[in-house]
Amino acid sequence: MSVLVDENTKVFVQAITGREGSFHTKQMIEYGTQVVGGATPGKGGQDFEGVPVFNTVAEGVEATGANVSIIFVPPPFAADAIMEAADAGLELIVCITEGIPEADMVKAYHYIQSRDTRLIGPNCPGIITPGQCKIGIMPGFIHQPGRVGIISRSGTLTYETVGQLSDRGLGQSTAIGIGGDPIIGTRFVDALALFKDDPETDAVVMIGEIGGTAEEEAAAYVKEHYDKPVIGFIAGRTAPPGRRMGHAGAIISGGKGTADDKMAAMKDAGIHVCESPAEIGETVEKALG
Amino acid sequence: MKIHEYQAKEILRQYNVAVPEGSVATSADEAERIATELGGKVIVKAQIHAGGRGKGGGVKLATNPTEAREAASAILGMQLITHQTGPEGQKVKQVLVEKASDIEHEFYLGITLDRAQSKLVVMASREGGVEIEEVAAETPEKILRETVDPGVGLLPFQATRIAFGLGFEGKQVRQAAGFILNLYKAFIGADCSIAEINPLVTTADGQVLALDAKINFDANALFRQPNLAELRDLDEEDELEVEASKFDLNYIKLDGNIGCMVNGAGLAMATMDIIKLSGAEPANFLDVGGGASAETVENGFRILLSDPNVKAILINIFGGIVRCDRVAEGVIQARKNIEVNVPLVVRLAGTNADVAAEMLEKSDMDFSVGHGLKDAAEKVASAIQ
Repeated sequence: MSVLVDENTKVFVQAITGREGSFHTKQMIEYGTQVVGGATPGKGGQDFEGVPVFNTVAEGVEATGANVSIIFVPPPFAADAIMEAADAGLELIVCITEGIPEADMVKAYHYIQSRDTRLIGPNCPGIITPGQCKIGIMPGFIHQPGRVGIISRSGTLTYETVGQLSDRGLGQSTAIGIGGDPIIGTRFVDALALFKDDPETDAVVMIGEIGGTAEEEAAAYVKEHYDKPVIGFIAGRTAPPGRRMGHAGAIISGGKGTADDKMAAMKDAGIHVCESPAEIGETVEKALG
Repeated sequence: MKIHEYQAKEILRQYNVAVPEGSVATSADEAERIATELGGKVIVKAQIHAGGRGKGGGVKLATNPTEAREAASAILGMQLITHQTGPEGQKVKQVLVEKASDIEHEFYLGITLDRAQSKLVVMASREGGVEIEEVAAETPEKILRETVDPGVGLLPFQATRIAFGLGFEGKQVRQAAGFILNLYKAFIGADCSIAEINPLVTTADGQVLALDAKINFDANALFRQPNLAELRDLDEEDELEVEASKFDLNYIKLDGNIGCMVNGAGLAMATMDIIKLSGAEPANFLDVGGGASAETVENGFRILLSDPNVKAILINIFGGIVRCDRVAEGVIQARKNIEVNVPLVVRLAGTNADVAAEMLEKSDMDFSVGHGLKDAAEKVASAIQ
């Protein structure tokens, strides 16, 4: 009952011995995720919490059979880490790092297009299939196995959504934090396509925010291809234009990408749009009937 | 990160992008001297980050050095109001004194990221010197586009195609194409997020020049652009925002009176939205980030309270990596160290929320608990009525 990751997923951690990497590796193992290896250049041969550490990703993947990587590499080197993971043949790369230069991401994005891999993020909380596999920095205990998929540009707003669903006993099939940057590997449309074909997902919640046109593209996709109910919320209705609201992606420019535009496009596509972020759980419950 | 026009032009010069001769002055004397050196007519331009300077009276033509002096003394020190500064305007502390160009035609040229394609795009139009957003909305066919292949960068034939598309003829085609290619080099070399030349002009004596230049840098790339970081002008930024950035707090001042402190940008925006839905106005955006400690929270409090408009505060934390008990500790500590005399509503959820609730209960603080987002927003909104 999930997309992309489940109990069979073998996770490799890039920058496993760093401050963030080590903390979250422990958390992921505690949640039950199969963390099979990690990389930190120069620390190959050591082990961390019983997990073998390698100098390079390719070496580690060959030795462990990992199929997904999670990246905690600092911003100046993170785009390189994404490309290294793609080169090593990993099928899914989850990049948590926030603050990667745009020029680096342009390169990394196009590098991975010619490889058989998928990137989630960067600048995201990761992906979780409750009860099976947590690849990210989200608090595991708020999740509950269930039949609602979540796709979100924001971290804590994803937790808020998860919390509202769990409170109502709805649970989640898989929750994907796609990230708050202008260049991301998996967009709403890509994630919507995954949930569309997942027999264990009955409804999808999409949490968008101001800036860009990804939500409008998603609305067009839903209108054309979707039978499952989609519930949406857009953060940033009150945000002033031209200001960057923490997420590099959340900036309205040239009168495009406003919350009102996005909500109108979503409503037109038959998406159940929540006016208030407090109504997401309730709206999902109603949509499921 | 934004910079001034004169700084942008200095960077363009380094990449052989043609700009008018001129330099920056901080006094009328200096402006007169620069005008004398340049000879002939000059333009005196206020240097503030906001656009629309001409309409606000911040750009003046001077036919001789004495007039340049007069123009500079009128502009320097003025509170320049444009559609981008807000009603209070921005104080002018520097002027750019530039040789006036005899303009034949004004074009638009810009480079930025096309998010839909995750590639850079070069945009150009014969309709320069005006709001390009209007051209794009009303007559999109008048904007030429060339998408940059990240593997090879902007190619000469693409620049040439733009030059022909803009109607350049004869040897000016090569000049314009060269200008475009050099601007692209500047964009890459300086890690820009936007480089906009509006207008790009042709002059009576056959030159192709950047009459105005707007460059924004990718803040995430400043670590490898040490020289550019020095161009930051803190006077152009809100005082509280600068103060907040020292503590790694992401703060943006708004006009309402409900101060809010939230973890995560998305939840912070959603909190502003729900405050508005509850009939009140948010005073700010404040994201305390993923690693909020007691100290960050205390600093956040201090910044919220230095805004005199703030009449009530809402703290909304969904603990993930951020532990709610640490946030509670910060709130209690702040309350001891700072005088908080506005109503406070606290909503804590997620990691260690129960421990945090207990800590707050035990303290002798006066606050209300928000049970969920909606309840919290309604409580804080009713607190100011």
